[in-house]
Amino acid sequence: MSDVRLDAVRKVYPGGVEAVKGVSLEIADGQFCVLVGPSGCGKSTLLRMVAGLETISGGTCAIDGKVVNEIEPAERDIAMVFQNYALYPHMSVYDNMAYGLRNRGTPKDEIDARVKEAARILEVEPFLARKPKALSGGQRQRVAMGRAIVRKPKVFLFDEPLSNLDAKLRIQMRVEIKKLQRALKTTSIYVTHDQLEAMTLADQLVVMNKGQVEQAGAPLDLYEKPQTIFVAGFIGAPPMNLVTVPEAGLPGLTLIERPAGPVVLGIRPEHLHEQPMGPDTLTVEIVVSAVEAVGAETYLYGALHGHGPELIVRVPGRATHAPGQRIRACAEASQLHFFNPQTGRRID
Amino acid sequence: MVERRRLIDVLPHLVLLIGIAIVAFPVYVAFVASTWDAATISNGQMPLRPGPHFLENYYRTIFIGTSSSTREPVGNMMLNSLIMALCIAIGKIAISLISAFAVVYFRFPFRMAAFWVIFMTLMLPVEVRIFPTYKIVADLNMLDTFAGLTIPLIASATATLLFRQFFMTVPDELVEASKIDGAGPMKFFFDTLVPLSITSVAAMFVVQFIYGWNQYLWPLLITTKDNMQTIVIGIKKMIVTQDALTEWQLAMATAILAMLPPVIVVVAMQKLFVKGLVETEK
Ligand SMILES: Nc1ncnc2c1ncn2[C@@H]1O[C@H](COP(=O)(O)OP(=O)(O)OP(=O)(O)O)[C@@H](O)[C@H]1O
Ligand SMILES: [Mg+2]
Repeated sequence: MSDVRLDAVRKVYPGGVEAVKGVSLEIADGQFCVLVGPSGCGKSTLLRMVAGLETISGGTCAIDGKVVNEIEPAERDIAMVFQNYALYPHMSVYDNMAYGLRNRGTPKDEIDARVKEAARILEVEPFLARKPKALSGGQRQRVAMGRAIVRKPKVFLFDEPLSNLDAKLRIQMRVEIKKLQRALKTTSIYVTHDQLEAMTLADQLVVMNKGQVEQAGAPLDLYEKPQTIFVAGFIGAPPMNLVTVPEAGLPGLTLIERPAGPVVLGIRPEHLHEQPMGPDTLTVEIVVSAVEAVGAETYLYGALHGHGPELIVRVPGRATHAPGQRIRACAEASQLHFFNPQTGRRID
Repeated sequence: MVERRRLIDVLPHLVLLIGIAIVAFPVYVAFVASTWDAATISNGQMPLRPGPHFLENYYRTIFIGTSSSTREPVGNMMLNSLIMALCIAIGKIAISLISAFAVVYFRFPFRMAAFWVIFMTLMLPVEVRIFPTYKIVADLNMLDTFAGLTIPLIASATATLLFRQFFMTVPDELVEASKIDGAGPMKFFFDTLVPLSITSVAAMFVVQFIYGWNQYLWPLLITTKDNMQTIVIGIKKMIVTQDALTEWQLAMATAILAMLPPVIVVVAMQKLFVKGLVETEK
């Protein structure tokens, strides 16, 4: 058992910046928790407080049921993978992985066994004698992971570990991290601002904004039932269409059923379709202004009724649409999201 | 085009060769003088080629010394100079590493004040504070000892600033990774920071070794016994004002010997220098 429990955790930096404003989270044993949010929202700060690299200004952080607020990083039994890898440049790959174990007085043959095992899993065996600068970015990333797993810690912490890699390698490493975590069953907290990475890796996805948790839950729950406008706009690519609809309605937009008063209507581009399919409650008329073909699907950008709010519609395969064309798109009631424009919260 | 290229290639080499000749010629003359006997040099007819007395002169210089002026073999002086230069260079590097470490990595009260005090000592070289320093060394009975010779010269703001500048370029994540790996501050210092600074240490060693080796004023004040003389002082003492008494061939041999250790240090450290310039260990 090694769960992580955050209770009303706050961080005020010297100088008065309140980077984290009371975050409560529960990360179960063996769970992969991903923190995602825009730049500067306090993700790294939160992670570093769990690691013990920043002091906690308020609230408590408990690992494995034990409050660790006042405990040194080395004694928290965590391992961290940094964005720039932070490998010791003057040590060989082997020594990089063995260093933490040596400092803990692990017997030599056990160190050797663990390092060899980690090197085998991560396929860095041929490089054990090399210095980090003689490795490629992806190989360094693996060594950094190796340094974390040889320790067999209670919690893995990752701070944007893949953002220095190219797109293809990023996807490959993402799959490997997921496999590795599944195999080791180690509780993990992973910070990223790549929402695709977040969706695919997470057991629990935590969307943060301005130092607070907007919503936490299973990735598909967040996708299907975003609780706030912020989460709705953040999760999914291209982002959800968000249109403010006044009490009187908008020209070119027909809504059969809607909550009373002004609302923010959310509808994902992939849920708008051109052919009416049964009981559609939403119909929009759009004048296409741009066509973006990515192969498997095509995104149509256009303004509602020619001059209203901008909307995106996804059509499967190759589209024959041309800019200037007027189209009609519909959506079912179950795909619509309504938010209160004042509070930003979901209306059910 | 080809002609022009050639001219561009040749010209810098020509300038460099002339420069080298200007610098090297006096050294060559000193070497030649150290291989003739006193009579040949003093009659003003010394040829510009090495003479037959090389072994004899150097043997006398290193193991016997001049009986009249220094009364001490130059071999012993070289040993004294070597001990002094090594103590100063190593001491300066050790103290500067530690103080730069303190200033960069620890938040203690008056940290910036401490830094500025170190910085201000740049304006107080030995020559400026020579009287009080001498008084202290004398009161502590450190005259004619290696401690008195070296300790007052060890504190170094230059090296502290250099290491501070270097430490500030070391990524914070390395400190954090060390913390998570269970390395305390001193372990981080010895396991990570010092190995990373090795090229700066080499550079500092060369500069400070030569600085120590060339010390003149301070050893002149502190040492009175013959067996504590350094080689730089030895040269000065050998050149007696009445020309007839100066054994020029021995003085020149001493001068050549005095040049050797700094040259050896520079040549030996050159590899590390170049390494430090070419590859970035971060
Ligand atoms: N040492 C510090 N002192 C003062 N303020 C800080 C410090 N570190 C971070 N902050 C502030 O705290 C806020 C949160 O920073 P943090 O690094 O946690 O953001 P982040 O979510 O990780 O962003 P990114 O995605 O860009 O890495 C920011 O507004 C930042 O300016
Ligand atoms: Mg960050």
